[in-house]
Formats: sequence, C-alpha cells, structure tokens
Amino acid sequence: MLFTPTVVKNLLKKPATRKYPFEVREPFTKYRGELVMDIDTCIFCGICARKCPSQCIVVDKEKGTWQCDPYACIYCGWCVDSCPTHSLSMKHEHRKPVTEKAEWIEQGTPPKPKKKKAPAENKDDAGSKAAADKKADADEKAEAGKPAEAESKADAGKKADAGKKDEK
Amino acid sequence: MATTVIPFGPQHPVLPEPIHLTLKVEDEIVKEAVPALGYVHRGLEKLADIRDYHQMITVCERVCGICSMIHGTVYSQCVEELMGIEVTDRAKMLRVIWSELHRMHSHLLWLGLFADAFGFEALFMQFWKVRERIMDINEATAGSRVIVSVNIIGGVRADLSPEQIRWILSELDTAEQEIKALQDTIMNDYSVKSRTKGIGVMTYDQALELGAAGPTLRGSGVAQDMRMLGYGGYESLDFEPVTEPDGDCWSRSTVRFREVLQSIDLVRQAASKLPEGELAVKVKGNPPEGEVYQRVEQPRGECVYYVRGNGTKHLDRLRIRTPTFANIPPLLHMVPGCELADVPVIVLSIDPCISCTER
Amino acid sequence: MKGIIKDVTFDTVVGEVMHMKNDGQRLVTLSTYQAGEGKMGILYHFDKELETTHLRLVADMDKPIPSVSGVYFSAMLVENEIRDQWDVEFDGLVLDFNRTLLLDPEVTQVPLASNVKIAPKN
Repeated sequence: MLFTPTVVKNLLKKPATRKYPFEVREPFTKYRGELVMDIDTCIFCGICARKCPSQCIVVDKEKGTWQCDPYACIYCGWCVDSCPTHSLSMKHEHRKPVTEKAEWIEQGTPPKPKKKKAPAENKDDAGSKAAADKKADADEKAEAGKPAEAESKADAGKKADAGKKDEK
Repeated sequence: MATTVIPFGPQHPVLPEPIHLTLKVEDEIVKEAVPALGYVHRGLEKLADIRDYHQMITVCERVCGICSMIHGTVYSQCVEELMGIEVTDRAKMLRVIWSELHRMHSHLLWLGLFADAFGFEALFMQFWKVRERIMDINEATAGSRVIVSVNIIGGVRADLSPEQIRWILSELDTAEQEIKALQDTIMNDYSVKSRTKGIGVMTYDQALELGAAGPTLRGSGVAQDMRMLGYGGYESLDFEPVTEPDGDCWSRSTVRFREVLQSIDLVRQAASKLPEGELAVKVKGNPPEGEVYQRVEQPRGECVYYVRGNGTKHLDRLRIRTPTFANIPPLLHMVPGCELADVPVIVLSIDPCISCTER
Repeated sequence: MKGIIKDVTFDTVVGEVMHMKNDGQRLVTLSTYQAGEGKMGILYHFDKELETTHLRLVADMDKPIPSVSGVYFSAMLVENEIRDQWDVEFDGLVLDFNRTLLLDPEVTQVPLASNVKIAPKN
C-alpha cells in the first residue's frame, strides 16, 4: 500500500523512457566517443602507441602509416591527451555498430627530418619529433639488447651442460 | 530426513554475475552451502607484468564494472604514496565527488536488483529510473557512464566548472526527492518486510570473526567505515558511519539506502569545500623499491590494495582484495538454516560482485 | 607501509594468529609476493578499530605452509586463492579446492608463480 502514491504519479506522467532509435538524446559535449585521426598533421612520433593501455595503435614511421584496431580501443582518451600535434580527437557520439570487422589504417606522408626548408611553424614540431625519435631508437636498442643477452646466457648454459655430460 | 543437493547458479535469474553454490537441502531447509568460483577469472593482477604503472590504472578501473572510479583512486593513491607524490587538495576533492557519485549509483543499482530478487519489479524500475540521473552526471562531467577514467597518477584529468557543479547539485536535489519518496516502501512495506526481516541473520561478533566488510559489516552494528581513515579528501568532510543493529537482510538494505542519502550529503559538502588549485602534479621516474598497503571504502565495503615496486616501470606485485571476496565466508554462514526460497535474497544481500572477486 | 609489522616463522604463525584473534582483531586478508628464488612472502593483515597490524612470513614454496583457516574461517578462501596463484600446499586447510578455486582442473601452468616479465609490444 505504501507504494500506491508512486504508482498513481507514474500513471499520470509521461513515460521516463525514450523511443530510442527514433528519438535520440543530444550527446554530452564531454563524452568520449569515436576516435578521429587527422593524418595530415601527424608526425609519426609514436607517443600514442606507447601510451595506449590496450596497445591497439601501431605507428610505422618509415611507411608513414598509422593503424588502430577500433575493436580493441577502450576509449580512455589517453592518446588524445598525449598527442603533441593534436591530430587525434574524439567525437561526442559513440561508434556505430557494424556487421563486419573493418581494418583502420591511415596512410600519410612519412616525415623527412633532414629537410631544412620546413616552414617556421613546424620547427618546434620537428624538434620534438627528433627528440621522440631518439628516445624511440634508444628504447628499441634497449629491448633488442635484452633477448640477445638472454640467448647468449642460454647458450653458455647449454655449453656448460654439454661439458658436464662430457665429464660423465 | 533425506538430503537433496540443489545447485544454485552460475546461471540464475537473480544473479547478475556467475557464482555457484551447492546447497544441501533437507525438506525446505538449507543445511550446508559450498561455493565454487572461477567462472570470470581474468588474472588482472598478472597484467602488472606487461603494462607499465600508468597503464595499470585503466586495468584497475576494469576490475569492477560498477565502482571503477574508486578502484582507480586507490591504485593511484598507492603509487603516489610509493613515489612520495603529494596530490593537490582540488584533485582530492574532485576524486571524492566522483567516488560518492559512484557509491550512489552502485547502491541504487543494488536496491533495484534487491527489489527484483523478492519480486517487486515496479520498485526495481523506480530505483533504476533515479539511477539514470546519476549516470547522466557521470557521462556529462567525466565522459563515460561507468568507466569514468578520470584518475591519473598525481591527480585527475577532468575538471568541474562552477556551472557544472550547480547543475550536479540541482540534479541531486531532484534525485534526493525521488529517493525519499521510495523510503517508506523499501523500509516499511509489509511484503518487503516479510521477505527480509529476520532472514540471514549475522550477529556483531560473527561479522567481525568472519571478516565481513562494508554494508554487510555495518548491517550487523559494527561502526566501521574506511572513509573514517581520512584518506583522500575525506578528512575534511563530516559524516558518521551508517549502522543498523539487527544483522538481517532488512538491516543491510536499510544501511545501503541510508548511505545513498549520506553520499548526496557528502557530494554537497565536497562541492562547497572545493578549493582552487592545479588538477595534477607532474610525475617523473619510476616507482622505487618499497611496499604500500592501502584501504578504501567501496560501495560494497573495504577494498585492499597491496603494491610492491622494484624501481622499474613495471610493478613487482599488485594485490587486490575486493569487498565481495571478504563477504563470501559470511554468506556461507548466513545461508544454512534458511529456507530454500530465501537463498536468492540472502545471496543478493551481500551485494555480490563476482567479477571483482575473481579479478 | 603503515602499521605495525611483526615477523613470524613457520612454527609461530598459527600461534600468533590465534593470539591476534583473542585480541579481537579482524583478519582483513593475506597478501603474497615473490621473496627471492623459491621463496614467497605472505603478509597477514589485521585490523582493530582502523589500526592495522601485519604479520610477515617468508616461506619456502616447496614445503606445506601452516594454514590459519582453522583459526579464522575467512582465511579459507584466500589460502585457496594463493594455492591457485603460486602452486603451494597448505597444511590443514578446512575446505581445500585443490587448486581449482579460480583455475580449471586441466590448467597446469600457474600464473604469478613463474613471474616472467613479458616484454611489452612497443
């Protein structure tokens, strides 16, 4: 009986729900929706790929491609926050459902860092890019170094084992 | 009397998430319950080996599908303590606001599911209608309905403008009126009381011995709320832990209902005390060697994080103990002796979040 | 780490935990970490009126660890979880899931125990 006032109120009011596909609410302006890439301003620094928590972005600097797996993206917006040239942005609407998986590869012009004819505006970009490149190179070297060491250790171990067997 | 074994779950109309209980039943009375977990085990603790300590925030947010904000907050607090970072007061207060909004929408979700568990579907719809206001606040201010993703190591990413705060407060005023209109139904309605009063009783001493957490503990009269530790911005807010003495399903639902109103009050206090300042502190370097133990209050209770750093960008160990994990032994104690028809109500009264439990 | 930390050994752990129970402490949980080759550290976290106490046990992983689930029933779940995560044995576990609490019976590889650091993709 205590619920009766609510029931009566609900009877006299309009429905609280919307007729969804025909009537859509205005999206909120801060909503993190579909990811948008403006490939023309991208400098292929690869910061987005390194920051991405789900590791769904692959940047190839030499070919000038920027690739994202939209079904692995978690819409956290970290790449948008960290992009130095603001090439990445997000729409206020979510990605539309699809029936088939699609690949998302953006083809841009690969950067030519040694060209000195760059306009004055791009100077800063070029500088930061060069720094990023150096960093990326250093990281790659460090990673490349590790497996090599491990292998050499493993080899040493095998040799030692072989030596023992020989003794026996 | 012959014993019958009845499997309860993992697929059951009342369960939002999969847990299995093997019930040994004599006539209509349950004699023993044995749990089986592991249907949604994801091994998120192990991910700390491959994701760096910044990326782990998004992983921690996905431990729970309901209280993602608070998981992100406690993980950030742990790493900040490990690295000796002092977060600004504004960031702390903003974290409190979103945490309390999450507590509200989690409790409203639960109150709806609980009403559904004893077959009161109109009340279920009514609670979820109110919850939608809170979800809209989350979406409009932080960018997503549930996984708000506002935490970063050193502070927060999103800010609240004065207009947004005014809008939040006016929305909460409406929500408060709508919630208070349902107070009489969930607390005093005859049919609700007959399904919840005196069912699944756990006394004060048993609750402490079995290690219950959160509203399950406070529903047995233990005034323990981790927000009393004063972590984050809670030391400057004024509140009393909500307790009910009876220890039955009715007590636990009443605790949660009153906590919704308490959270609205806390958001108002935090909004009025929101200081000016930077949102985030710059973070440099990797977490040093050391260990940190942090506890926060989540909608379901006390959540424990143990973080061990080793000087690299990957953490040595990340251990998460979620509140439902602590509430399963009390559940095994509550179920024996009850009628079979009351099992769904009792299982739901601990607010089971199985994805949290198994991580 | 905040709170009092006490070191315990294989022989004293159950006695110390019993002592904590008589003191009216609530067992919060057990945390584990790798403590060198073949050893694991177990932290027993206790709480009494928001004051924290930790007991630290450094255990060999090849020997059965004394279970405290006889003292606190609530330790049963977390000890079973440690069995799943580290492939260790517990002595006197009241309800033993035999390494199938979270994992399936056919799983032979145990997460966390190997603690291999996988190189990130990028």
